[in-house]
Amino acid sequence: MIDDLYQETILDHSKRPRNHHSLTDANRKAEGYNPLCGDKLKLYLKIDGDIVKDASFEGAGCAISTASASLMTESLKGKTREEAMRLIDKFHDLLTTDTPASRDLGKLVVFCGVRDYPARVKCATLAWHTLKSALSGSSETVTTE
Amino acid sequence: MSTLSSEVGQALGLPRGFDVERIRQDFPVLKQTIHGKPLVYLDNAATAQKPRAVIDAIVKFYEVDCANIHRGVHELSQRSTAAYEETRSKVRRFLNARSNHEIIFVRGTTEGINLVTQTWGRANVKSGDEIIIAGLEHHSNIVPWQILCEQTGARLRIIPIDDRGDLLLDEYERLLGPRTRMVAIGHVSNALGTVNPVRRIVRMAHDAGALALIDGAQAVPHMQVDVTALDADFYAFSGHKLFGPTGIGVLYGKAELLDAMPPYQGGGDMIRTVTFEKTTYNDLPYKFEAGTPHIAGGIGLGAAVDYVTRLGIDKIAAYEHELLLYATEALERIPGLRIVGTAREKAAVLSFVMQGIHPHDIGTVLDHQGIAVRTGHHCAQPVMDRYHIPATTRASLAFYNTPAEIDALVAGLYKVKEVFDE
Repeated sequence: MIDDLYQETILDHSKRPRNHHSLTDANRKAEGYNPLCGDKLKLYLKIDGDIVKDASFEGAGCAISTASASLMTESLKGKTREEAMRLIDKFHDLLTTDTPASRDLGKLVVFCGVRDYPARVKCATLAWHTLKSALSGSSETVTTE
Repeated sequence: MSTLSSEVGQALGLPRGFDVERIRQDFPVLKQTIHGKPLVYLDNAATAQKPRAVIDAIVKFYEVDCANIHRGVHELSQRSTAAYEETRSKVRRFLNARSNHEIIFVRGTTEGINLVTQTWGRANVKSGDEIIIAGLEHHSNIVPWQILCEQTGARLRIIPIDDRGDLLLDEYERLLGPRTRMVAIGHVSNALGTVNPVRRIVRMAHDAGALALIDGAQAVPHMQVDVTALDADFYAFSGHKLFGPTGIGVLYGKAELLDAMPPYQGGGDMIRTVTFEKTTYNDLPYKFEAGTPHIAGGIGLGAAVDYVTRLGIDKIAAYEHELLLYATEALERIPGLRIVGTAREKAAVLSFVMQGIHPHDIGTVLDHQGIAVRTGHHCAQPVMDRYHIPATTRASLAFYNTPAEIDALVAGLYKVKEVFDE
């Protein structure tokens, strides 16, 4: 069913994305690009010591990519760099494998339906590719390809 | 569905003697359900479906006649050669070219254009020369010319389009000049459906002393193309958009131009004699056909040309035009939907955006209702940039589509609104 993909939380975050603005005191930035659909995303992080204090994003995409960026920025706040990196892998596993979802994912489990739509996996991972690039300090635009 | 379709069809004044329900029986792929709903295939500009006659021709080649061509004296080789070369004659008649020598088999439109840029182009284009294309082009008629420009130091000039998606011919006139070597234009825009006035464009190019290449990928399946009347120097199209197999296409070129061009790829079949000191090349069209070609594809293309000819390309064009009008009116009634590309003359392509809803989400929800559309930039990113949009949803029609399928699309789009609207 189409509702398994577009769960209520995803629709809510796509229509009213959280942390959808630039961050003037960000000390990490990265840009992501999905050449398949032309979606672009800018991610801002404020990292204090080893902790992600704040996270936000700019850019407009499909419901899946917008909701993914919105929920990702919410879940990042307060996490260590190491925890954030682990979350990237767990989120990726959620979308591409049949293994049971990790509890650490919290609300992010709403994206489990994307697994059944291979053409849409890149929509969901755009923000996360960008996060990886921001955390590793790479300044080049990452693409989902 | 069939009853509704024919009732609506009569109400619409769709051409008589064009029995869509019977034609649909020729296409095995259409008889299936997707996610429990009848397949509504509206992605014909990407690739068209294949009639039974094409599939049978390919199967017959592999089951009965399979052999390499232009080689053996044995029976199978003669049969396969005859069938493959018969397609050349069919295509020559279909395009109204003067001679079979002017019909070069390639993989598709893309390879046809690359053949021209890398043979004619490298031999004739120099630093400071100019190539003109339009703001509507598919990437396949942009990138090969950009590569040629990088190789030669030539410059690419672009004819702009207006808000409707029509070429600005005054601007084209201004771009033409003594430096212009080539004008390369899409006959029909894949992203917007604009039918360009190619006859006039070719004449203007010739008046300026330039050659003209027409990318006919989106035109050949939907309208009569006469390369002699058009006077195009080159004309390329793909078999798979003409209801034929993938991996086979045609480059038409005027014989005197092709004769003077260096070969494209070297190998078997394109030579007359080979020694380590000196190789001489084969005559047209074989000079440009190195290696064993897509024989089954060529034979399948012949069956596709026969099929389309039997239906009648003029009848196809008339039917699709009525269907386009019906679909345009139906889509325009949907609140928040805007059609992108409203050229004066259009092929049956409907590109559109919906307020606040991304094309990829539209595509996924439609797919769930069995409706196949294309979403994205349609390999025409400059067109998307022109309209300041990242992507559109595109429904592209063929003669086997019905008014009932347009109604299904409209219902599907209301479902999209139900999911995403506040």
